[in-house]
This record gives sequence, C-alpha cells and structure tokens, in this order.
Amino acid sequence: MSGFLVRRLAGLALTLLAASLVVFLVLQVLPGDPASLMLDAQARPDTLAALRHQLGLDRPAWLRYVTWIGGLLTGDLGQSYTYSVPVAELVGERMMVTLPLAVLSIVLSTGIAIPVGVLGAARRGRPADTAAMGLSQFGMALPNFWLGILLILTFAVALPILPAGGFVGWDKGIWAGLRCLILPSLALALPQAAILSRITRSAVLETLGQDYVRTALSKGLSGQAALWRHAVPNALIPVVTVIGLQFSFLLAGTVIIENVFALPGLGRLVFQAISQRDLIVVQDLVVLLAGSVIVVNFLVDLSYRALDPRLSAQDGP
Amino acid sequence: MSRWRNRNLLIGGAITLAILAIALVSLAWTPYPPTRIDIVHKLATPSAAHWFGTDPFGRDVASMLMAGARSSLSVALIAVVAGAGIGIPLGALAAARGGWVDALLMRATDLAFAFPALLTAVMITALAGPGAFNAMLAIGLFNIPVFARVTRGAALAVRERDFVMAARATGRGEWSIMARHVLPNTSAVLLVQITIQFALAIIADAGLAYVGLGTQPPFPSWGRMLNDAQTYIFRAPLLAVFPGLAITLSVLGLNLLGDGLRDALDPRLTARR
Amino acid sequence: MKRLAAVLLALSALSAPAYAAKDSITLGMPLEPPVLDPTASAAAAVKEVTYGNIFQGLARITEKGEVAPLLAKSWAISPDGLTYSFALQTGVTFHDGALFDCSTVKFTYERAAGPDSTNSQKAFFEPISSIACPDPATAVITLKRPTGLFLNNMASGDAVMLSPASVAGDKTNPIGTGPFVFKRWIKGDRVELERNPHYWGTPVKLASATFRFISDPSAATAAILAGDLDAFPLFPSPESIDTLRKDPRFAVVIGTTQGKTIMSVNDARKPFDDVRVRRALAYAIDRNALIEALGGLGKPIGSHFIPGNPGYVDLVSTYPYDPEKAQKLLAEAGVKPGTEMTIKLPPPGYARRGGEVIAAMLEQVGLKVKLVPVEWAQWLDQVFKQSDFDLTIIAHVEPNDLEIYARDKYYFNYNNADYRALYHKFVETTDNAARLDLLGQLQRKLSEDEPNIFLFALPKVGVWNAKLTGLWHDQPIFANDLSNVAWSD
Repeated sequence: MSGFLVRRLAGLALTLLAASLVVFLVLQVLPGDPASLMLDAQARPDTLAALRHQLGLDRPAWLRYVTWIGGLLTGDLGQSYTYSVPVAELVGERMMVTLPLAVLSIVLSTGIAIPVGVLGAARRGRPADTAAMGLSQFGMALPNFWLGILLILTFAVALPILPAGGFVGWDKGIWAGLRCLILPSLALALPQAAILSRITRSAVLETLGQDYVRTALSKGLSGQAALWRHAVPNALIPVVTVIGLQFSFLLAGTVIIENVFALPGLGRLVFQAISQRDLIVVQDLVVLLAGSVIVVNFLVDLSYRALDPRLSAQDGP
Repeated sequence: MSRWRNRNLLIGGAITLAILAIALVSLAWTPYPPTRIDIVHKLATPSAAHWFGTDPFGRDVASMLMAGARSSLSVALIAVVAGAGIGIPLGALAAARGGWVDALLMRATDLAFAFPALLTAVMITALAGPGAFNAMLAIGLFNIPVFARVTRGAALAVRERDFVMAARATGRGEWSIMARHVLPNTSAVLLVQITIQFALAIIADAGLAYVGLGTQPPFPSWGRMLNDAQTYIFRAPLLAVFPGLAITLSVLGLNLLGDGLRDALDPRLTARR
Repeated sequence: MKRLAAVLLALSALSAPAYAAKDSITLGMPLEPPVLDPTASAAAAVKEVTYGNIFQGLARITEKGEVAPLLAKSWAISPDGLTYSFALQTGVTFHDGALFDCSTVKFTYERAAGPDSTNSQKAFFEPISSIACPDPATAVITLKRPTGLFLNNMASGDAVMLSPASVAGDKTNPIGTGPFVFKRWIKGDRVELERNPHYWGTPVKLASATFRFISDPSAATAAILAGDLDAFPLFPSPESIDTLRKDPRFAVVIGTTQGKTIMSVNDARKPFDDVRVRRALAYAIDRNALIEALGGLGKPIGSHFIPGNPGYVDLVSTYPYDPEKAQKLLAEAGVKPGTEMTIKLPPPGYARRGGEVIAAMLEQVGLKVKLVPVEWAQWLDQVFKQSDFDLTIIAHVEPNDLEIYARDKYYFNYNNADYRALYHKFVETTDNAARLDLLGQLQRKLSEDEPNIFLFALPKVGVWNAKLTGLWHDQPIFANDLSNVAWSD
C-alpha cells in the first residue's frame, strides 16, 4: 500500500508540474500586455516602462516561471497585477462562494440521485421506474446554464422569491448567503443527478443479480434487506467513481453558472483575470483547479481500495 | 422486438434526423433571412408571421433557430470527427504497443483530464480569438483523450477474446491483428461513444457561445441567443425558452440514439437493464 | 394568541430598520475598481468610488462640469497664464491624522510628474515647471507654457492629494482628506465607506455608503427590484428601463455623459482614405434605428461633440439615412458591391450589439462585413497601438477631446493639416466668443471630412430609490460624489 502511495504521489506531483508548465507557456504567447491595460490608452512609453518594471514583467520568462513555482512550493501565490494584493487573498475570498456552491451541488445531486436510483432498481420496470428514468433522460440533456435561466425565470421573475443573481455576502447571515446559492446549485446539481441516478440504478441492478445476493434471498432474506444490506453498499464503487468524475465537470460548470448568476466566485475571477491579462492569477487558478481535480481523482482511487478489499490486496492500479 | 426496432433508437434517430433536416433546409430556406434586422418589429410575440416571435433587433427567432442548428451541428461534428480521428489511433497504439508508450499516453490523458475543459477552452479562445473554428478546436482537443481511453480499453478487452488469440496463434503481426480483428470489434463501443461525445459537444458549443466565445455574430447560435435573451428576461421571457429547448432536444435525441445503438449493437451490454 | 403576538412583535422588530430614518446607501456599479488609488489606475471605476468621497483635489468638477474650489479656497492666475497661486484650506487632515498643507501639494504633483510615476495622466503634470510654498497655506505653481485646461486637469481624479505617510498603501487602503473614510473591500463584491467624523468641511448626511459590483444586466435589475441596491447611477441594463419606469418606487434618470460613440475608421487604409467612402458609410447607417435597437436612450451626434456642451453645433442632419445615396457614393469611389471589411468590436454592449446592427445596415448597401469581437487587451494592442483595423466601434469618454484629431499620430490616422491649423488657433485664442466660434468651425470641419462615423452620445442611465436626493443626473466625469446625497424623509 505504501509503495503504491509513493508512486501515485510522485505521479501526482509530476502531473501538477506539467500542468503548471503548460499553463505558463500558453500564457506567454497570449497577446496583450497587462501593463498597458492597467494604464490609460493615452499612457506614455516611460510610464508604461516604469509600471512593467514594478510588476517584474521586464524579467526573462524562465526567471518568472522559476520564481512563480518557487513561490507556489512555499505557499506564496504571488501578487495580482491588477488588484495589487496577494493572489491567495483573492482566491480565499472567491472560494467562499465557489466552494459552498460546489459542495451544495454535490450534496444535492447525490441526495437526489441515490434514492431515485435505488428506487428505480427496486421497482424495476414499474411506472415509478419508467417515470424516473424518463425524467433522468431529459435531465441529462439539459444544459445547466439553460436550466439556470429557467430557474431564474420561474423563481426570480415569475414568482420573485429568490434572487436572480448576485451574492449578498456571508456577513448578511448564513441564510441570506444560501438564498443566493440555491438556484445556481440546483442548476448544477439536477443534470448531474440525472446521470448519477442512472448509474446508481444499473449498479444496484448489477449487484442484485450477483450470486451472493441470490443466495441470501434464497435463504429467506427479505427483498428490502437484501437491497439495503448487500446490493446498495456494493453498488457504491461505480457511484463514487462517477461522483469523483463529476467533480471536474462541476468545476467547469461553476465557471459558466457563476456567469449565469453573476456570482463573485473563482470562475468569474478566471474570466476577469484572463481579460485583464492578470497572468499570475490565471496561472495560479488553473493550477489550483487542475490540482484539485487530480487530488480528487486520487482520493477516489483510494476510496475504491477502502470499498473493495480485492483491489488493495493486489496493490497496483 | 427486433434489436433494430427498439424504442430509444427510433425516437432518438427520428429527433436527430429531424434536426439534421432542419439544419440542411436552413441552407436553402428559412422563413426570413436569419440576420435580417427589423427594428420596427422588435420583441414581437409568437404569431403566424413569426412562429417564435422576434428578438430585440426584430430578427425572426424561428429562422435564427434553424440557422443555429446548422452552426451547432457543424461545430459538434467537426470537433468529434477530429477528436475521434486523432484519439482512436492513439488508443489503438497504446493498446498494441503497451509498455512505456501505453504508460506515457495514459499519463498524458490524465493530464488533459485534469484541466477543466471549459476553462481551457476560454484560454484557447482568449489566445486565438473567439469564433466557431476555435470553438471546434477547443472541443475537439478534449475529445482526443476520451477516444484514446475508450479505444484502448475496448481494444484491450477484445484482444483477450478467443478469435484474436487464434489469429495470434497463426503468427499474424500485432498491427495486422489490430486492424483486422480488434478495431472492427470495438466499432460498436466507439459508435456509441461518438454519439455521446456528439451530444456533449453540442452542450459545450452552446456553453462557449453563451459566454461569447463560440460562433460569432451576425451568424446565429443557440448559446448566444440564450445570452441575449437573458438580458431581456424581464421583458421577453419567452426568448430564453426556445433556444434552450433546441439544445435540449438535440442532446436528448443523440443520447437516445446512443442508448438505442448500444442496445442494437451489443445486446450483452443491456442484458442487465 | 399570546404566542402569535410574540411572533408578530419579533417580525416587526426584524423589519424595523427598514422604517427607521435611513442614513446609509448601497450603490451598484457595473465594474469593480482594480485598486482604490485614483492616481494609480486609469480605470473609471476607481474614480467612481473614491473621487470626492475619499480623495479630494485642490479643485473639484461639479455635476455641471465646472471647476469649483475644494482643498484650495480660491486661486489667482497671473495675466500671462503661467503662475497659479492657490490659497489652501487650513486645518485639513488626512484620515490617518496627517496634516494637509502646501508640502502635500508639492509632494503629490512632483510624484505624479516624476520618473517613477505610473499616473496614467502624467501629461497633466508635464507643464508644471515649479511648485513653491511661500507659507503652508499657499501653493504657487509655475507653468512652462499657458495651459488652458490646467485647472480642469488639477480638479480631476488623477490629481487628488495624497499624503506621503500613507501613499504606499493607498491602492488597497486609501487614505485621503474626503468626507468618507475607507472601511473595507470585499473583492469581487463591494467596497464599504463610513462617514469621516473629523471631516474639515460640512459633514455629509450619510453615515455609510457601500458600492457593490454587479456587471450582469439581469442581476442588476433584480437587485434594484429587490431593494438590495438603493441606486445604480450607471445602470447597465437599458433593456429593463421600461419595467422600472412603471414602478413608483424608483426614479429613472436619463442624463448625459461626455461619451461620443463613434465608428472609428482607419483613414490611412484603402478604400477609407477616400472621403466619399466615409460619407457613404455615414449615409448607410440609420442612427435612430441603431439607438432604438440599443434601448432607445442615446442622442444622435453629427460630429465629435456632445449636445448641450458650450459651443455645440447641431450637425446631425449632415448625413441623413439614405442607402441609395450611400450606394451611389460607393460606386463613384470605385468600391464594388461585395467589398469586404471588418469591424473590430471591444466588449461593451454598445459595440458588440451595435456592431451587429451596423453590419446589417452596411450589408444593405452591398458591403460585406465581418465582425471581430476583441477583448480590451487586444483592442488596445491591435487597434489603438498598431492601427491594425478597418472599422471599430468605441465611445470616446474624455471631455473636450477635439484635440485627438489634431495629433500627428493617432489610431484612426486623420492627419489633416487644415484641421490641425484650426485647432492650434483655438488653443491660442483666449477670447471666449472667438473660442466658441472656433469650436463650431472645428466641429463642422470634422463633419465635412467625416474621419470617423459619428453615431450617438452615450446616455447616462441612472436608477435609484425615489426618496434619494443629491445623486448626479449628468456625468461630466466618472464620479459618484456622495457629499450631497441624502434620504428625503
């Protein structure tokens, strides 16, 4: 197990390093100069040169890369060009929106999908199952940003009970903050729940057909007990995998949903930083997002092993 | 019921064909020219003259939706074809060669999967400018690792089957076996994957257009129509409904088609359903 | 029953603050300032938060666009126009207690003109030859040459007074002399200000002010409708104005800005070097339909000048909408039907959406138009720096900027000797009547040559609670001066 861990961690670090290099190189060829964006169009060349020097933009690219990576390793994300504050501070503030949004969406989608999936499997072929699977087929086809707009139309325009967008801040109270996240997290969660419920249903059906469940049933175990004691726990492996995979979709999804609902989260920050050519912020954010996807996938791998003893016994991917 | 007459396949195929037909018809005919501006008749509600009403510039929404189908389908088609065209040979290579080639390719796909696709697409379009071509490029890029992974997995599974073993015993080369026996037997899986990726590409294209990075005006696109509609959500809420329905319907059609194909091509996969 | 009463009581306690006399305000702004030091960034949003509220200059610009005294009580200008003597307010302190006097003026201006300056309007300070402090309450500034707009420039947000003790931190913790002090900044969301208890002048009526950043049009509308915002002085959603107008809770105020929305033409590039082609473009565009498509609020313009400004000449009807005439002129100039041209569109709605309308209009006269959306970074680089464009749509927001047409090298490459001579005559003229006459001639010359296609004056669309008073209706400069804002009951 420890050999596996070391190998995986080394691979993880290498992947992150490769990711950082890719991002850095891409941004180097991005047309547009952060300094001239910060100044007025009329700015004079000497003013520009002074600003470029202040920002360290006049240093060679390799030196900037090394400084940046060195900083990352010591936990220093650098200083935003446009805001002139540490990037860590910016990211921390935006995280207060994106992280609750992502967590809420995962909770909602899992909370909806697992009962629906299990129900579908238990009532296989009956009207409840057919209806749930039909709905999920439709849900999978819904683009989350359109769902977002529809939710705004319904709950903010027609029945004005929830905000159409924007974020009031947590200091106005937990409920005031959550109110702003209800519609966006629903928009993110429902299409994911549709996929997850189908996966759950077929995973449960699969385990229900396994020999040991049949044996248990033949020994007089009730259908309900067999379902909850054997089929559901064993169906969790594929379900957890999909939840892990969905995390990456969800991060991409927040980028677009934050635009639909005008939420000041990481996704909006990325857009803003790209258009302002606040390169250091873009670099940090992409590595951060890619890093969290890599780490989550790693954790999913680990949880596999916890859920399925056969895998940890053979000690290898 | 015959394998080829399952319900998913029929409904999905019908929807997909209908949308394809609409896209083709839009080449020759739309009720109005889709880019024609008519300020006097802006924001009209649906009527006989304008089936789905008009937008803030007085353009006919029905015509824009028809033309939008064309742009959506062509972006998705090219992106998927490009992704499959590069990804499938790479996956086959990984499966045939194994060893370090396989390991390297799989690490590379891991790396690609780590980047949230939309984020990278935003960077690509910032780099190369927004537009339909760059949207295809960005979406196509993310299709490569998907196809590589799926091909490799399917090829490895098929390679262990008896008839491949038999071919290998006759002394055929690995490449010849791959081309003659393995790839043809993965075509069912790949075909299903293609429809899935096609559906995803339509959503991705709409998403990019929604944030202003896809197909550019004046040519209509479903995603941008949604964005425009959101600005008028308090005045003309219906505008936000039709383009979204168009996207959902196309994706639904393709998903059903994919399911139907899977049932038809590989009954073993559905035995448990 | 008792329980119900208790609940009702609790509810009324909760909502009580809404009925108490209000002394705070929450304003919406479409863009967030990158920093809070107006001398460190060209972004208009910096001034919209800080100008007149946190930071003050020697003089200020009023709502009418006039220069009025502020930290300087008064001034005297020598007859040759070279020496300005400012009598400064006494007893003024910065928010951190540092004293304001002539040495502050000297520090601020010398810093802005210095070699390390990153002030985006460094040119404002270039005419200064020396700053003397005969006593702490007097500043004597000598110029290298007479500069007509010197006071205007010193009243701008780029010339506000900074204290040497706090200047290093002003980007994130601004410390000025104004009636409000900076409280905190939640990035991506809001900046909060509080009343300055030690303010040197008349204390403001508001106890606190919050600026919230909402760029999304529908979110802005929703926030106003929900009462989350008391005011949105530069409302980003003209599309929902009709809905808000019907609601008696709100005042919808359409004022003027100094923004001239134009379709800039690269006059150095064929076929646009031919005046007939530029006139054809002007005839081909239906300004009223364009304005209508963009929400119906702007006023058409016929030259690079804002209606209502002193010296304005109405030239709107020089090129009425006439597609046939446009086609004729194009044919005369040898431009064949189907000739391709591109319009580069920066991010604002007037450009992106306006571009779609203009493209359709130009196609009506047989031109083939390609729209190229660009980000600001690319616009600055390609269009502004390298003049690599055919056409672009842009609002020039600087006041009094007829000067840009007299430059040797400017992005649209007008380069007209007659105009330049006329402009130099205008700069040297001091007699007011003669100046106004020359302004008229300059506008006519531009209208005649149509170096750019003049479209419309950018309106200032303000929406706020009907009980609020004292917000600016017009926008001569980018500012939300809150010093006179109050709730009417």
